[in-house]
Amino acid sequence: MEQLSPIEFPVGKGSNTSIHKAGMRWGEFVIKIWLQVCALISLVTTAAVVVLLLVESVKFFKVVSPLEFFFGTRWVPLLEPSSFGVLPLLWGTMLITIGAAVIALPMGLACAIYLSEYASDKIRAWVKPTLELLAGIPTIVYGYFALTFVTPLLKTFIPNIQVFNALSGAIVVGIMILPMIATLSDNALRAVPISLRQAAYALGATSYEVTTKVVVPAGLSGVMASYLLAISRAIGETMAVTIASGQTPNLSLSMLESIQTMTAYIVQISLGDTPAGSVGYQTLFAVATMLFLITLVLNIISQWILSRFREVYD
Amino acid sequence: MSTMENADLVNDRKKILQPAVLDLKEVSVLYSGKAAVKKVSCQILRNRITAIIGPSGCGKSTLLRSLNRMNDFVDGVTIEGEILFADQNLYGIEVDPVQVRRRIGMVFQKPNPFPKSIYNNIAWGPSINGYTGSMDELVERSLSQAALWDEVKDRLQESALNLSGGQQQRLCIARALAMEPQVLLMDEPCSALDPISTSRIEDLLFELKTHYTIVIVTHNMQQAARISDYTAFMEMGIMIEFGETDQIFTRPNIKRTEEYVTGRFG
Amino acid sequence: MAFISEQEYQNLQHRHRKARVFQRCCAAVTWASVFLLAVLLYQVCADGLGWLDWQFFNSFPSRFPDRAGLKSALVGTLWMIALVAVFSIPVGISSALYLEEFAGKGKFAKFVELNIANLSGVPSIVYGILGLAIFVRYFALERSLISGALTMSLLILPTIIIAGREAIRGVPMSIRYAALSLGATRWQTTWAHVLPASFPGIMTGVILALSRAIGETAPLILIGAMTFVAFLPQGPMDSFTALPIQIYNWVSRPQPEFHELAAAGIIVLLVVLLLMNATAIYIRSRTERRLK
Repeated sequence: MEQLSPIEFPVGKGSNTSIHKAGMRWGEFVIKIWLQVCALISLVTTAAVVVLLLVESVKFFKVVSPLEFFFGTRWVPLLEPSSFGVLPLLWGTMLITIGAAVIALPMGLACAIYLSEYASDKIRAWVKPTLELLAGIPTIVYGYFALTFVTPLLKTFIPNIQVFNALSGAIVVGIMILPMIATLSDNALRAVPISLRQAAYALGATSYEVTTKVVVPAGLSGVMASYLLAISRAIGETMAVTIASGQTPNLSLSMLESIQTMTAYIVQISLGDTPAGSVGYQTLFAVATMLFLITLVLNIISQWILSRFREVYD
Repeated sequence: MSTMENADLVNDRKKILQPAVLDLKEVSVLYSGKAAVKKVSCQILRNRITAIIGPSGCGKSTLLRSLNRMNDFVDGVTIEGEILFADQNLYGIEVDPVQVRRRIGMVFQKPNPFPKSIYNNIAWGPSINGYTGSMDELVERSLSQAALWDEVKDRLQESALNLSGGQQQRLCIARALAMEPQVLLMDEPCSALDPISTSRIEDLLFELKTHYTIVIVTHNMQQAARISDYTAFMEMGIMIEFGETDQIFTRPNIKRTEEYVTGRFG
Repeated sequence: MAFISEQEYQNLQHRHRKARVFQRCCAAVTWASVFLLAVLLYQVCADGLGWLDWQFFNSFPSRFPDRAGLKSALVGTLWMIALVAVFSIPVGISSALYLEEFAGKGKFAKFVELNIANLSGVPSIVYGILGLAIFVRYFALERSLISGALTMSLLILPTIIIAGREAIRGVPMSIRYAALSLGATRWQTTWAHVLPASFPGIMTGVILALSRAIGETAPLILIGAMTFVAFLPQGPMDSFTALPIQIYNWVSRPQPEFHELAAAGIIVLLVVLLLMNATAIYIRSRTERRLK
């Protein structure tokens, strides 16, 4: 082997064995601070949302009693005599959410089961991106779809349905959250170890029994988490229900009538000319706070379920 | 020079006590409070190959990683005792772990070339450390030292991932050598390789020790016996015995060592 | 010769039938969902394709359907994408890098992670309210492009961070160890090895997040993007409209002609989204090939 000549490293000057700090690495330091600041932006965002909603809601509840807000059954914030019972808005949101859930929860799970248990890799590679595409379509498009396709279609079966109705909104929101449930549940079901399925098949179970008695129960927490996320998404959904289901706060049980969801109300206020600072304007924040809290609780439960689920299989 | 004289010379050289490059004084490594390495003391001598053997989970890799502060990246690790490198404690507060790793290189269990060209795999380390000489020369020399030059000289710009496993591992050795480390740490460098690649790397280590100090962790006792000058036997985090390889394998002082090297357990 | 009794045989037949029916039901539901996508696209195209002409692209909004176009909306959306990209990409990638490479696994990192996961579930309309209060009012940026872009950036940051972290986590630890053992600093390792290796994944996430920003309507309504803008924005401080806002405006009018205009607008919006998704796929496939 040829003789080696020593390499000159201008960085570690002096002895070639020094391992002492050669001084502060300022570039590295600055970069680290920058990265940290960026990561803090998300914390600041949360803090800003919470503080904003809290402060404005407190202002609102100085004028309107919480009793009236939470238990009142009339929502007439802008006209005299005004009334600030949020129940009609809450009910509108619930109608849409329940309707969407009735459609999307079973169908989404069926899709997930088909994708993870039955579909060949080729079909899967084709269907899953298609479903993801469906999930990526802007909600305004679903609103358009509800108004120009679903409602006219419903009218041929139910002639007395109103132009703006809860049913049509619920259907499109259901279609909208279905891909989300399908893809997330598919991931959960596929995380169930193959060995579990093989064990069940080895005992002479049919594919139906393996799926319903072994795979789905094993992946249940993941499926539940996807359900909660999807429901939270349905509650926060804005444009489709605003367009499809109208602007009439309504405590009616009928899904054929126009209703108003919390989100649709927020849109209505911000499109109008309600002066900033008035009670009518403050309702915006009170309603948004409710929306925020409801979705937050659902998200937190869903994450809690998911984190437990991860511990089991990882 | 006759073969006889040559053998004598080798024996003589072995007897010349080389200065210690690394001096471990009661080193303990704790994973969130639990000791994985317990009060290990030994000296790593210059231009010698020191092998660390022992059953899996005995703490040999942990000990090796503490020699160039790679354990810093594992959460909850604390070190007790001193590891002296040129009279400086590796874990002293004034010490820069980045500098430590420049002086003390490492080769890992599985070949881990960067997903870049062969050339850039070698050149990256020196370039970030401010090397100003001729990069082409350095790349050629490092690859030659790792006995890889002839195989790759015509395709230096190809991705390193196209090399075979054995070639990749020699590339990783060349990459570490390009930094001219004082010590080269090797963590079971042959465990992922076939026997032919393994023997090439063993030959390589033999040549490298004229310029470098090597510490190698291996679970393969024959390998330790073949290539090393000194052997440390560890069990349950304790260094049971440390001595010249001949002595450890032929007349160990401690019964546990004998049981292990003769294959009665482990 | 019978190995099993008649009753057992019947029972088995029944179980197999159940399995077959179940499988077919699941398949039918899945194909129905795919079919729905087809119906939706067909409906939109049937309504809107006839309106797609040069005049449509080159006109400002109008009270008369024949003269209405989405020039200002399209330009507004392009401005939005550009500004949102400028704000959200560096911040999002930096956050992801910080959380994966620098923050460790301590309580702070866990807290930030939880926080980001929750932020990604906050309804977009709440971001709109935040933007209205903070950017439009507090920072007095008015109902401008920059207010809209900052709001949208906050909205998609969690998505970018989560996708970015996933991509960064996909880089094998052995690559990091290799670099670090050569005496590289954390940042040198990140910049030279982790970032390039995870870049395709990060960019895919970024583009998907940006396409979400393009389609979002509610926050822009809150910010007060105008629905009737008969001029092109000249800079980030100008007021603006955007494709989804224009579409909403047309949808909410009673006349069927405007609904068809909305359909035409939707086609344009979907084509923009499709182009972005195609770009994401292209980037991914190209870098995959280079790595091989």
